[in-house]
Amino acid sequence: MTTTTMKREDVEVFQVSIKATAQAIWDAITSPDWNGRYGYGSKGDYDLRPGGRYQVLPSQAMKDYGSPDVIIDGEVLESDPPRKLVQTWRPLWDPQTVAEGAKQLTWEIVEGADGVCTLTVTHELTNAPKTRKMVTGEMKEAGGGWPMILGDLKRLLETGASAVTEQQQS
Amino acid sequence: MVTYARPVSDDDLVFRALADPTRRHLLDRLHARDGRTLTELESELEMTRFGVMKHLRVLEGAGLVVIRWQGREKLHYLNPVPIRLIHDRWIDKYTERRVSALAGLKAELEKHA
Repeated sequence: MTTTTMKREDVEVFQVSIKATAQAIWDAITSPDWNGRYGYGSKGDYDLRPGGRYQVLPSQAMKDYGSPDVIIDGEVLESDPPRKLVQTWRPLWDPQTVAEGAKQLTWEIVEGADGVCTLTVTHELTNAPKTRKMVTGEMKEAGGGWPMILGDLKRLLETGASAVTEQQQS
Repeated sequence: MVTYARPVSDDDLVFRALADPTRRHLLDRLHARDGRTLTELESELEMTRFGVMKHLRVLEGAGLVVIRWQGREKLHYLNPVPIRLIHDRWIDKYTERRVSALAGLKAELEKHA
């Protein structure tokens, strides 16, 4: 994969401050025990080594809706727990996003004052207009994208509740 | 006079940042094309470089603009997450009530139809 052709406007940046430890945020991103408890409620499985496999499995609701067996795939490029994770990311439920290909996704966690961390997600989206609309939340039917996921992650770590846990209870 | 010692919350910073038309305009420019330099943003506004810088700093403080360095260039990116948090906290809450009130009204009307 080359980044030399990447234009600066082909990058989307998402940032959220979370009152939690860097390790708790890292686990919430990378551990399947945690990463299915917020956002879309689908579990992500990481092999946290360079070249390691990344797969997101559909939630029951997604399966009922006829989703593929793996809804997102990718590869781990760099893993520096609990600070930085670089991976590729490709949504598989839509032929157009499959054709747009795997794009680079970077997670960075910086510890600040008062036990508050800043989580920054940088998504490189060169020549990926549909993937971009999905992940920015611009596509209404795609359900909110990274802003929704990160907002729900913040809520889960700060309050213990998320959109996913509330749905399970109702 | 009663004063309340209340810390400034993240929501306060976002509402304050959004309360200014120049700052909303800057966010609209970044939404149209992300990752701009100060010079690019300044060229579209009838304002001094210092004035634009001040507004960008307020947007940064509220988390609505995130800086990313590319070589020596300081690039400004729109961060939609704080607006999503405001949406979740304020908009959803009140629109849901209105929707359920309308649903109640509909059920009521149909019962009598």
